[in-house]
Amino acid sequence: MKNLISMQDLSKKEILNLLQLAFQIEENPDSVDLQRKVAALLFFEPSTRTMFSFDTAMKRMNGETIIMSGVDNTSTKKGEIFADTLKTIAQYADIIIMRSPIEGAARYASEIVEIPVVNAGDGANQHPTQALLDLYSILKTQNKLENLKIGIAGDLKFGRTVHSLVQAMSLFDPEFKFFSPGFLKIPENIQSFLKKRKIIFGEYDEDMKPNLLNDLDILYVTRIQKERFASSEDYEKVRGSYCLSEEMLTHVKSNLKVLHPLPRVDELSTDVDDTKYAYYFQQAQNGVFVRQAIIKTLLGGV
Amino acid sequence: MRKALQVKPLENGTVIDHIQAGRAGKVSRILGLENFFNMWIMACNLDSKAIEKKDMIKIEGRELSSQESNLIALVAPNATISIIKEGEVVEKRKVVLPASVHNFIICPNPNCITNIEDVNTNFKVDKGDHGIEVECCFCEKKYLIDGVKIRT
Repeated sequence: MKNLISMQDLSKKEILNLLQLAFQIEENPDSVDLQRKVAALLFFEPSTRTMFSFDTAMKRMNGETIIMSGVDNTSTKKGEIFADTLKTIAQYADIIIMRSPIEGAARYASEIVEIPVVNAGDGANQHPTQALLDLYSILKTQNKLENLKIGIAGDLKFGRTVHSLVQAMSLFDPEFKFFSPGFLKIPENIQSFLKKRKIIFGEYDEDMKPNLLNDLDILYVTRIQKERFASSEDYEKVRGSYCLSEEMLTHVKSNLKVLHPLPRVDELSTDVDDTKYAYYFQQAQNGVFVRQAIIKTLLGGV
Repeated sequence: MRKALQVKPLENGTVIDHIQAGRAGKVSRILGLENFFNMWIMACNLDSKAIEKKDMIKIEGRELSSQESNLIALVAPNATISIIKEGEVVEKRKVVLPASVHNFIICPNPNCITNIEDVNTNFKVDKGDHGIEVECCFCEKKYLIDGVKIRT
């Protein structure tokens, strides 16, 4: 593995190896030492959480970071060619971790620099480190990845985390239930991907009824962005229907865990936080271990 | 006295036959025939035994490589190629769908890096349920071949 650009590039074995390494790092935090290694965090689109998560991951392993966030204070504003910016930074750092609003930007970067590139999100396309930390959270809470029943709720059309998660979990024979308003349902290409792999899934475009949650192992809730709606009345109509609250969890399986990529808005009530089902803050913590494992793997044996 | 016909059989060149009717124009664009100065002929809606109606293209003075002829498979998967030398057919071949095409298709996604930076495009090619599908290796979006433009 030279870069991490898309979940499509990863085999099942590579995924499991990364998760295994993340476990080792979590259990034995001092086992990896990346002293004198420098990661360049290039966030052409701001994202505080993801950036802090990578920054923490690097520093936990005694590595260092150089950070560029936004485009205001950079040469991209001065008209420097994107490729030149990247090639120059590649002279300072050992690894580039980048987020861009442009789809395919990380793939392009990986083709023009010699050092490893990690995609920390490229527009509406991929966010592979999020997908991997989701898998890690599922594995940790269920002790397996195979044959799980997974509900996914919210904006299933535009949510890139949803697409990456569905693709990645499909390697492990899951059954999916999709909860979303009709116009935000899972796209055609993901549906045909699932059909090709003979993976069972159901679509529920009315309310998220509590009895539909009772056989789930994982419920993955995502944000419904107000901007997607034609009017604020339309938004108000929908927002209550997909809000998960404590009372909806009365009859769920005891091993159920609720995940959310955060930040949340209205779709996940804070009264769920105190239940044993809530796992989203640990999920964020898992992100650091998984990103440590990714960086360590790409920088090789140190 | 009748004037002789302008269109003679090919001396040296290529015949592309069994193009699905209506697609000869696309084939000519793929081959850049608009800018080709030798004689070339496009015949449309001919009767055919193999497929109901077909188009055909004859090009004088240009021998298509197998790489060029395989690009034709993107829009005319049943096309057959005959190479003519000194008036005789010296080679017949079928077109084969390429696994990928480089710097050939323009990505329709305006937010794709290939439309923002000076990057050669790269598309994976596959047979889908509704026809031939191409997938951008950069933005990973999939399109039907009829929905994309070709770099000329």
